[in-house]
Amino acid sequence: MSSQAAPNDSQTHPWQDDIFNVLKKGGVKQVSYVPDAGHAHVIRRIHADPDMRGIVLTTEEEGVAIAAGAWLGGDRHALLMQSSGVGNCINMMSLLESCRFPFLTLVTMRGEYAEFNPWQVPMSQATQGVMELMGITVLRVSKPEEVEDVISAALDSVFEAGERVAILLSQSLIGRKKWVRN
Amino acid sequence: MSNNQAFSGTIERRAFVKELISLCPEALVIGGLGSSTYDMFAAGDRDQNFYLWGAMGGAAAIGLGLALAQPNKSVVVITGDGEQLMGMGALATINAQQPKNLTIVVLDNGHFGETGMQHSHSSLGTDLTAVSKACGIAHSFKVKEASEVKTIQEHVLARAGVAFAQVYVKADDLPRALPSRNGVHIKNRFRQTLGLAPL
Repeated sequence: MSSQAAPNDSQTHPWQDDIFNVLKKGGVKQVSYVPDAGHAHVIRRIHADPDMRGIVLTTEEEGVAIAAGAWLGGDRHALLMQSSGVGNCINMMSLLESCRFPFLTLVTMRGEYAEFNPWQVPMSQATQGVMELMGITVLRVSKPEEVEDVISAALDSVFEAGERVAILLSQSLIGRKKWVRN
Repeated sequence: MSNNQAFSGTIERRAFVKELISLCPEALVIGGLGSSTYDMFAAGDRDQNFYLWGAMGGAAAIGLGLALAQPNKSVVVITGDGEQLMGMGALATINAQQPKNLTIVVLDNGHFGETGMQHSHSSLGTDLTAVSKACGIAHSFKVKEASEVKTIQEHVLARAGVAFAQVYVKADDLPRALPSRNGVHIKNRFRQTLGLAPL
């Protein structure tokens, strides 16, 4: 996977390296994902790292279940997804609450800033609410300089205190999606 | 209902699960929601059992996370056809990872046993072994005789590649055997068998 070409949409930002470095330094071994352009750089770095395992999913709820299995076996896991994927996880998230599994997810937002596709909007508007209803603490990052600190703080809450935390990465942070390719 | 296939499982599920676990005494075992969890508990409670009381469709994916975290232990997922059908995509996800130490055992009675024995897709023309093979899992096979439990045992102990076994069990309605429903307790005692702190 490490040899794949970067997609056109994927402009790399320094905060994306911050995300990778926090996960790596925080001892996260398993990272599952349904891809998003905003996560593309982190996904490439994970696949290139021999001590980390990138796990591509067919649907985001698998990542919730994998997180539980990883923790049963002593591994730290993180789930990367887009806001539209959060809705796919809802019932599986009852596993996290019922067993008090630590859970860390990073969610790239769509449907909230310079969004071209109106079909992204309904799930985007529900993203924070549905996660909170399922017992997950939601933090949001909108400025590049906040990324490292907020994710690092979330990682401590998750794996030291056993909490369930989602970090929403604002669409304004990720930047406008290019709809017309040159 | 014209597409119903005759479903002819004859294996006694309780005896089969008991035999399988006794043949793989060190295995870490995940039990899918419903009858599979009851079968595991009826075979004798073990700290290395993780019973699901929800999270339908998640058993195989939990097995994947565990297998990747514990590559030197055999991990067995024991679940039903309905539970696996809800998480069919996980078979593709598992194949992409190729955990050598993961065996998935589907106790297939062709029905949703917990909710009134409605037909499931596996008695309506879907072949779960073929699905698993098509997802790339080379060691995908059907078990129609109880004695073939030994084939599953070999895969579990060898830890030489992902295996998927579709076990044709009788569609009978057995008395329930109910393990603890306290998820935190089940999680922590499981982790303690691996020397991990309760969290």
